[in-house]
Amino acid sequence: MSSLLQQPWTTWLSQIAAILRMDLRKSFFARRGALVYLLALAPALLIVLHAMVDHHSGMDPASHVGEDTQIMAVIVQVYYIRFAVFFGCMGIFTWLLRGEIVEKTLHYYLLTPIRREVLAAGKFFSGAIAASAIFGGGIVLSFALMYGHIGAAGRAYVFDGAGLSQLGAYLLATVMACVGYGSVFFALSLVFKNPIVPAALLMGWETISGILPSLLQKLTITYYLKQLTPLDTPSTGLMALFTVVAQPLPKAVAVLGLLLLSAVVVACAGLGMRRMQISYSVD
Amino acid sequence: MSDRIRFENVSKFYGEVLGVNGVSLSIGPGITSLVGPNGSGKTTLMNLMTGLLRPTQGRVEVLGIAPSDAERLFRIVGYCAQWDSFPKGVTGYQFIRDYLSLHGFKGEGAHKLAWAALERVDLTAAGDRKVAGYSKGMRQRVRLAQALAHRPSVLVLDEPLNGLDPMARAETIDLFESLGRQGMYVIISSHILEEVDRISDSVVLMASGYVVAEGNIPQVRQEVKDHPVQVLVRCSSPSLLASRVFIQDHVVEAKISNDGRGLLVRTRDAEEFYKMLNHVAADGVVDIETVAPADEDVNSIYQYLIGSSGDGGAQ
Ligand SMILES: Nc1ncnc2c1ncn2[C@@H]1O[C@H](COP(=O)(O)OP(=O)(O)OP(=O)(O)O)[C@@H](O)[C@H]1O
Ligand SMILES: [Mg+2]
Repeated sequence: MSSLLQQPWTTWLSQIAAILRMDLRKSFFARRGALVYLLALAPALLIVLHAMVDHHSGMDPASHVGEDTQIMAVIVQVYYIRFAVFFGCMGIFTWLLRGEIVEKTLHYYLLTPIRREVLAAGKFFSGAIAASAIFGGGIVLSFALMYGHIGAAGRAYVFDGAGLSQLGAYLLATVMACVGYGSVFFALSLVFKNPIVPAALLMGWETISGILPSLLQKLTITYYLKQLTPLDTPSTGLMALFTVVAQPLPKAVAVLGLLLLSAVVVACAGLGMRRMQISYSVD
Repeated sequence: MSDRIRFENVSKFYGEVLGVNGVSLSIGPGITSLVGPNGSGKTTLMNLMTGLLRPTQGRVEVLGIAPSDAERLFRIVGYCAQWDSFPKGVTGYQFIRDYLSLHGFKGEGAHKLAWAALERVDLTAAGDRKVAGYSKGMRQRVRLAQALAHRPSVLVLDEPLNGLDPMARAETIDLFESLGRQGMYVIISSHILEEVDRISDSVVLMASGYVVAEGNIPQVRQEVKDHPVQVLVRCSSPSLLASRVFIQDHVVEAKISNDGRGLLVRTRDAEEFYKMLNHVAADGVVDIETVAPADEDVNSIYQYLIGSSGDGGAQ
C-alpha cells in the first residue's frame, strides 16, 4: 500500500492531462466521428419531426407529460444505453489506439517517458470524456425538445417536478455506459483489429447477462446499468428482450461496482500495452 | 550506471523472418553509424534500443537502462524513427510542443525548448505552418527537431539524411558533429558508408541481420578486406580435391558438401585459390564441373559497402 502511495502520481496525472489535451481535439473532430454524432442526435431529430406533425390537440396536459416521460425513458434506456452508446463507444474506443496505429503515430507516445499503463489510462479517459459529452449532449437536447414543445406543463414537470432529477439519472447512466462499454471496447481493440468482433462478443455477453448466474452477472455492464435507470420501461413484447431482472443494488454501489469493473478492464489493457511492439507494416 | 549502449547476443525474429541475429555491440559516446543495405537490420536495432520492439533473445541496455523502462529511458534518449507520419492538423511547433508536455515540460519552458529545437534544424520560419504543408526535407527536419527537443544525451536517428537537399544535408551533418563533440551518443543509420564515414567515430556494418564489421573506419575496411570468401566447387572427387586444397595457406576451411558431390572452401585469397584450381583442372586429377561463390550476396554486400574506389573516404 505504501509503495502505491510512493508512485509518482503527480507526474502520471499531468501526463494524463497532456494526453487529454492532445486527444480530445482528435476525438471530437475526427471525420469518422460523424456517425457517432448521428447516433447521438437522431432522437432529437425525430422529436423535432414528431413535434411538427403532432400537436396533441385536445389532450389533457398531465397525461401528455406522462406519455412523453414514458417515451423519454424508452429513448434513453433502450435507444441510447443499449444501442447508440454501445455502438458509439465501439466507434470511439476501438479507434483510440487503432487510429494511432493506422496513422503511424503511436510511436511518438511510446518514445516519451510515459508508462504504457498511464498512456492506456489517458487514452481511455479521452475516449470516455468524448463519448460522455457527445451522448450526454444528445440526451440533454432530446430532453429539452421533448418537454419544451409541450409548453408550461412541460416546464413545470422539469423544474418543479421530477424532471431534472430524472435527467440527472439519465446522464449518470449514460456516462456509466460510456465508461463501461468503453473500457471493454478499448481492451478488446488490443486483441482484435476489426471492431465488429469485439462488438459481437460484447453484445452476446451483455444479452445473456440476465440469465447468467449472479456472480457472472456482476461481470456484465448491463447488470450495473440496469440499476441506474430510474424508470421502468414496459417489459412486454420486444422490450422484454432488453429487460433484465437483476437483483437490486443501491445506486452508489452500482456506480462503484461499474467503475471498479472498468478500472480492472483498463488495467488489463494497460498490461496488454506493455507487451505491445510497434511494426505498423503488419498491423 | 554504465556509460555504453550494449547489445548482448541480441536476436529479433518477426515470426519466421530474421530481423537481426546474434548481435553483440558496445557503443560509446560520439557518432556511431549503422551502415548496411535495405533489410540489413539497422531499423530493427534502433527499435530494439528504444523499446519499440522486444528482443526474441538477448539483452539490450542503454547506459544501464532497460529499453522497457520508458520512464527512465526517454529522459535521456531521443529517437527519430523511420516513419514519415504526423498527428493530424498540427503545426511544426505544436507537434514538438505536444510531446514535450509528456516529458513534463510546461508553459514557457516547453515553449522555449520547442522553438530552440526548430531553430537547430533551421525551421523557425515554418514553425507555425501546418506540417501537412511541409516538403519531405522539412518533415524530416521537424522530426529530427522533435527527437532532440527534450535535450537527450542519446540521439537515435533512422536515416536522418534521407530526403535532404545538399545544403540541409551539410547543415544536419554539422549539427551531428557538434552534438558528437558535446559528448552525446549520436547513432545514425545510412545505406551509404561514404555518406557518414567522414563524421563517424565508429561504424557498424550490417548485412542480412548480422553485424559484419565494427570499429573505426580503417578497422572496418581492414576487416572487410580480410573477410574469407566461400567457394563451392562441384567435382568428380571432392575428397581428392580437398587434399590438394588443404596445403594452401590461404585456405581457412574446406569441407565436403552435404550431398557429397562438392567441396566447400573458405579462403582469404580468392584469386590465388582460382589459380590453384586451374592447375588442378589442367592436371586432370579431378574433373571440375562448376565453381561458384557460395556466399555471393555477402561478397557483393562488402563490395557495395566498401565502395569500388578502394580507400574512398578513409582518413
Ligand atoms: N514488421 C516486420 N515484419 C516482418 N519482417 C520485418 C518487419 N520489419 C522488418 N522486417 C525484416 O527484418 C529485416 C531487417 O529489416 P530492417 O527494417 O531492420 O532493415 P533496415 O536495415 O532498416 O532496412 P532499410 O535500409 O530498408 O531501412 C528485413 O529482412 C525485413 O524484411
Ligand atoms: Mg530501416
